[in-house]
Amino acid sequence: MSERIAWNEFIIGAIIRIAGFSTIGFVILIFAFLLQQGLPALNEVAPDNFLGTRWYPTFDLYGMMPLFLGSLLVTVTAILIALPLGISTAVYVREVAPQWAREILKPLIEVLAGIPSVVLGFFGMTVLAPFLRETLQLPTGLTAFTGALILAYMALPTMVSVAEDALDAVPKSYRDAALAMGATRWETIWRVSVPAARTGILTAIMLGIGRALGETMVVLMVTGNAARMPTTLGSLFLPVRTMTATIAAEMGEVAAGSVHYHVLFFIGILLFALTFLINLAAAPAILAKRRRGGLR
Amino acid sequence: MNRYAQQRLGFIALGAVTLVVVIPILLVIGNIIAQGLGAISWEFLFGMPRAGMRAGGILPAIVGTILLTLGVALFAIPFGVGGAIYLSEYARDTTFTRAIRLAIINLAGIPSIVYGLFGLGLFVLFFGLGVSILAGSLTLAIMTLPVIISASEEALRAVPTEFRTVNASLGGTRWQGIRKIILPQALPGIITGVILGLLRAAGETAPILFTVAAFYLPRLPQSVFDQTMALPYHLYVISTQVPGMPLQIQYGTALVLMTLTLSLNLTATLLRRHFRKRRQW
Amino acid sequence: MPEPKIRIENLSYAYAGVQALQNITLDIAPQRITVFFGPAGGGKTTLLRLINRLNDLTDGTAMTGRILLDGKDIYAPATNVAQLRRRVGMVFALPLPLPGTIRENVTYGPRLAGVRDARRLAPIVERSLRQAALWDEVRDRLDAPANALSGGQQQRLCIARSLALEPEVLLLDEPTSGLDPLSTGKVEAALQELKKTYTIIIIPHSVQQAARIADDAAFFLQSKLIEARPGREIFTTPRDKRTEDYVTGRFG
Repeated sequence: MSERIAWNEFIIGAIIRIAGFSTIGFVILIFAFLLQQGLPALNEVAPDNFLGTRWYPTFDLYGMMPLFLGSLLVTVTAILIALPLGISTAVYVREVAPQWAREILKPLIEVLAGIPSVVLGFFGMTVLAPFLRETLQLPTGLTAFTGALILAYMALPTMVSVAEDALDAVPKSYRDAALAMGATRWETIWRVSVPAARTGILTAIMLGIGRALGETMVVLMVTGNAARMPTTLGSLFLPVRTMTATIAAEMGEVAAGSVHYHVLFFIGILLFALTFLINLAAAPAILAKRRRGGLR
Repeated sequence: MNRYAQQRLGFIALGAVTLVVVIPILLVIGNIIAQGLGAISWEFLFGMPRAGMRAGGILPAIVGTILLTLGVALFAIPFGVGGAIYLSEYARDTTFTRAIRLAIINLAGIPSIVYGLFGLGLFVLFFGLGVSILAGSLTLAIMTLPVIISASEEALRAVPTEFRTVNASLGGTRWQGIRKIILPQALPGIITGVILGLLRAAGETAPILFTVAAFYLPRLPQSVFDQTMALPYHLYVISTQVPGMPLQIQYGTALVLMTLTLSLNLTATLLRRHFRKRRQW
Repeated sequence: MPEPKIRIENLSYAYAGVQALQNITLDIAPQRITVFFGPAGGGKTTLLRLINRLNDLTDGTAMTGRILLDGKDIYAPATNVAQLRRRVGMVFALPLPLPGTIRENVTYGPRLAGVRDARRLAPIVERSLRQAALWDEVRDRLDAPANALSGGQQQRLCIARSLALEPEVLLLDEPTSGLDPLSTGKVEAALQELKKTYTIIIIPHSVQQAARIADDAAFFLQSKLIEARPGREIFTTPRDKRTEDYVTGRFG
């Protein structure tokens, strides 16, 4: 009978270990597959073509600069919008709002994370883009800015939650010390609590960047998808094309194994590598936070 | 200016910014409900699309999404919960364990379109599953894995260590302790995590673009190797690819999809709240 | 002197690089209450947990020496650890009822060992609860949640839970530290009954308690065993200056 238990224990232990190890396997598998399918592009496309400014796959022009800069423009704008909104909201919810308001606000902000991105993209197309076109007198509402605005809101639930936890982790003694020296609560928030929470806030920014960089459907639906170089600040209010949207829009129409196919996988490698680095940078903070009990 | 007047102004400004965050959320939800409600009818929910999707219902898309989500559950729950049990109950703090944790964080951060590429390359082409429910479920399952693992591990770790010690002291093996005490106690948290993972899978579009989704397929799928329509992809298609699409059908589809994910979200939140109150420790 | 139930030979133990026990040699006689006492951090709890291998759950440990139970090395590779822990029960400083009812708590160990038949479990429940002096207080509500009991009752439930496995040795780590005097009295009285059948090792929560219940006593200080003799002698005429200082309350 105890023989049997020992056997059970051994087999179950083995199964559970395999489940645990499989995650590493998946990451490696994904990366290896992207490499295998994407690296041939480096042989098939000349470097100056790759680094060029024109993306016309039909004419074998694979200049990635417009796509890369498009992603960069949308992501940076989204973070610049989300950051003040996210931190102010976190501060308000954590430090200012009365209990009842907190109970309403927190779930409401989290609801946003439960809306599929394609629904937000749809809303962006049908409501936000026409609205921006008319208010800002633009030729089209499908612009980098429209995408960035929605991406900013999509980054908010994570950003608010991480920033709030960071504020929560600031020792009460810091605040008490500041208050005891005659600082107002307002001064305490901005001169003590927020600076002390900066690591957490930095994590929030990193996660937001990763999220915005990788988002596909929203940018595909609302940024207009014109692969042109965003050279001036005015480009913000013109259509752009991001790396993710390019894959989504073109992969369905290419032949497996063609140059275009390899190039799209190569863009996948770039996205994988970029988000990998970003998450690597944010990892220590995420792990620490998880140890304290709670990232969702 | 008086410092306390400054504080009062500051607080008001913060409240105003919070409203700027919250009001658009309500606007989006309200807009989709208000515009979409009119489209909802028996025929819309349970009928086949007709006239190039410009009329009729969205049943194949609803069924497709449900099937995909079930497929994800089938693959992701055993691996996810198993992985969480490994990390919380078996793994020691070694370089290798840290590598696993890092892998999970990175899986969570990989863009969904990259999962789509991977699914296309591995499942559709390499394994020859073709564009199918199976290929899509597997792709979405790997994407969902980190969500389920993280939430489950957290739930397992929340169970007091002492229970493990007591189990051992009474002659229980590690797995007996997990099965009889730890897992039952962590179950509510695990279920919450699983729901959150599944709702993410149900709402995703990019990973299924090249792995499952049928543009227009007015019949129910016949097997797991069949293509299928799915709600998120359907919404993308009818709002961008089909000229002359009645706006109401688009809104109706958006409403159905949003209702599905938000109700899952609500279930998870309520479950968590309910069990947190009844917890015995 | 009869054969010792437990023999500890040249035992040294370290975890996380800290020496917790240094070269301990000690015999534990059967059917007596042996008390491990001394100031906190002396290694008493560590030694107690080594006797039923609960330290196996901890990483990064190093042990030399042997612990023999009935003459057999419990750290020998062939040892069935689950079986060992059934023979050597453990009660912790804080009452730790498992989630579930009183009955489920008591039957947890036997059920793991394969006893599932309710007719066989019922007498085990009654015997264990009687031995732990809890039966009369809970006989009418065996299916009530265990955590609804008072702290003192919970601790006796934990003792009953260990007794359900009919262990040969019972280890208790400050079992009365969180209890009121009345509950403490009940636990101590129960132990006096139990020693007729079991070998008991207990870490008391005070010198007074140690003196009250010890048949034998071992004094630990800074990871060393200072002296071990029958309780009557060690508390009245300690041989070592350090034992005397501690017993008379000059430190600790």
